[in-house]
Amino acid sequence: MSVADVLDRCRAENRAALVGYLPVGFPTVEGSIEAMRTMVQAGVDIVEIGVPYSDPVMDGPVIQDAAVRALEGGVHLSDVFTAVKAVQEAGAEALVMTYWNPVLRYGVERFAADVEAAGGAGLITPDLIPDEAGEWIAAADAHDLDKVFLVAPSSTPERLAKVTAQCRGFVYATAVMGVTGARTSVDAAAEQLVARTREATDLPVCVGLGVSSGDQAAEIGRFADGVIVGSALVRCLTEASSPEAGIEAVGALARELADGVRRGR
Amino acid sequence: MTTTPTANSPAAALEQALQGRFGAFGGRYVPEALVPALEQLEEVWRKAVVDPEFVGELERLHRTYTGRPSIITEVPRFAEHCGGARVILKREDLNHTGSHKINNVLGQALLTKRMGKSRVIAETGAGQHGVATATAAALMGLECVVYMGRKDTERQALNVARMRLLGATVVPVDTGSKTLKDAVNEAFRDWVANVSTTHYVLGTVTGPHPFPELVRDFHRVIGVEARQQVLDLVGRLPDVVCACVGGGSNAMGIFHRFLDDRQVRLVGLEAGGSGVDSGKHASRFSTGVPGVLHGAFTYVMQDTDGQTVESHSVSAGLDYPSVGPEHAFLLESGRAEYRPVTDHEAMEAFALLSRTEGILPAIESAHALAGAMKLGRELGPEAVILVNLSGRGDKDVQTAAEWFGMLDTDRPGRVADDPGAKGTGEKL
Repeated sequence: MSVADVLDRCRAENRAALVGYLPVGFPTVEGSIEAMRTMVQAGVDIVEIGVPYSDPVMDGPVIQDAAVRALEGGVHLSDVFTAVKAVQEAGAEALVMTYWNPVLRYGVERFAADVEAAGGAGLITPDLIPDEAGEWIAAADAHDLDKVFLVAPSSTPERLAKVTAQCRGFVYATAVMGVTGARTSVDAAAEQLVARTREATDLPVCVGLGVSSGDQAAEIGRFADGVIVGSALVRCLTEASSPEAGIEAVGALARELADGVRRGR
Repeated sequence: MTTTPTANSPAAALEQALQGRFGAFGGRYVPEALVPALEQLEEVWRKAVVDPEFVGELERLHRTYTGRPSIITEVPRFAEHCGGARVILKREDLNHTGSHKINNVLGQALLTKRMGKSRVIAETGAGQHGVATATAAALMGLECVVYMGRKDTERQALNVARMRLLGATVVPVDTGSKTLKDAVNEAFRDWVANVSTTHYVLGTVTGPHPFPELVRDFHRVIGVEARQQVLDLVGRLPDVVCACVGGGSNAMGIFHRFLDDRQVRLVGLEAGGSGVDSGKHASRFSTGVPGVLHGAFTYVMQDTDGQTVESHSVSAGLDYPSVGPEHAFLLESGRAEYRPVTDHEAMEAFALLSRTEGILPAIESAHALAGAMKLGRELGPEAVILVNLSGRGDKDVQTAAEWFGMLDTDRPGRVADDPGAKGTGEKL
């Protein structure tokens, strides 16, 4: 199963897909899974399941804080597969978003096999570029998994061609130069990057980094195949007065975002 | 556990295209956003090092600003405690700013200007790299921001003041273990956001390609000078070259010129902290396994889930859970060996060099001296041991004074009244 099928379905509905990120293990493993289920019920098409990591150089303070607290709470890699299965059963596709070292330590082939066994679609790898991804590409191909690599506003045409040639599922376009975190406006670089990426590939292009509201989702949904939201959803959990309030806030924001992608075009 | 594909794997074709590998180690594990900057850096650097104008400018700076060539000093009174072996110090502590770090930052600052960038960022543990970067930025009119773990800003307060006096902005980092590892994370984040105007002056021989090779080459002058100086003094090559290894830049700098001299043992000394068995150390080659941290595939202290494990050392400069990938290659190829030195052993060597030779070493360098003491006793009086004294101990006076009980615990900042406070009264 590839997330491309979900993106095709969304395209048939003349809308962008909504991709929602949450790290597994925050506030607890079960709490994070419940939040993921809630997102799916609220209209998220693809869940990006974050693997908490000790050194997340691509993440801003909101996601890093949640990751640190998840690690302090005792989350383990095996919990990721539990979350993948739960998301799949809730009716959405699951992509695992992970820095590379946890996968290396677990064993690349073993990780791919376990993602497949749990019903996951594939991996998003923020610090693994295709140039270094030979072992992952081989394992993903063997297990029919999506390989979502990132492109950035700084990517040259040569890099766009090289990166997208190795993607499967979609291409993750990082809308701004910077780390994850909600921003108040959509950077013009996002649309330019999507256009440049489309010159290099026919794959769907999803935009992430900085989206926090339904209006922003609508704006990006006009030109992108998918809208990726992370920090704003995570903040619903980190700033909530109770776990229940956090899940409720996640649901409310997910509904707003789902509405946004449906009125974008 | 080495995870690089074998020659027969389906991914071999892709892997063959890789650059910047030392055997299986190295590579470029970074967000895509940084790849163009790394490609630009590599291109500018490779052109610069064959450009007589660049080479001439760097040599002029080393001669007139750094103080190169640095001298060597034979230390016979210290050597009496090293089994009688001849011990020779390469005096990188006499460089401007007090350590080997200036060799690299002057080179990278010149590259920054060649790339048309106006801002440099750096990470620092003990502060030596931060001071060197702030110095080079002041010299060349570049804006400078230095990231430093909060814990390190407290134990190296003097160096924080030095950086600020030089015009740099020092940003204390409160995430994670609040040490060098976390400062590197923050520097990477800044770089991703500001890469069009900013060069990251990485301070050691790790990080994504081309940094390990580039930083090594800017430090290679240490070994080039030292090898000839020892030949001139002794009439033959040393039996052993000792250097402390945090990230590993001073060690790579002195080792590299000796790589083809197979009879010369290359020994890197890591921070053994409270002892390798205590779990409180930074001895990557004793307990780490290959993995990825900060852009390179190398030895990393990590748990079974691949989470980085906190390191510990009395020396902020060695308190880092990873190590340069070329060191990992030298270990696995058998060309170099790596040993842990405990905090206690390092501080004993610190005191010994101070009292026998009138040289206060950096605590980092004291690890290399402790290694020399052991090796001298193993090898005996015929041996010649070259030690890279990578930095001076001024920055560590507070730490050392506390370690040896020279401060009055009731009156912070005041010395103890007892003139014979631990370790000071004994005549050697």
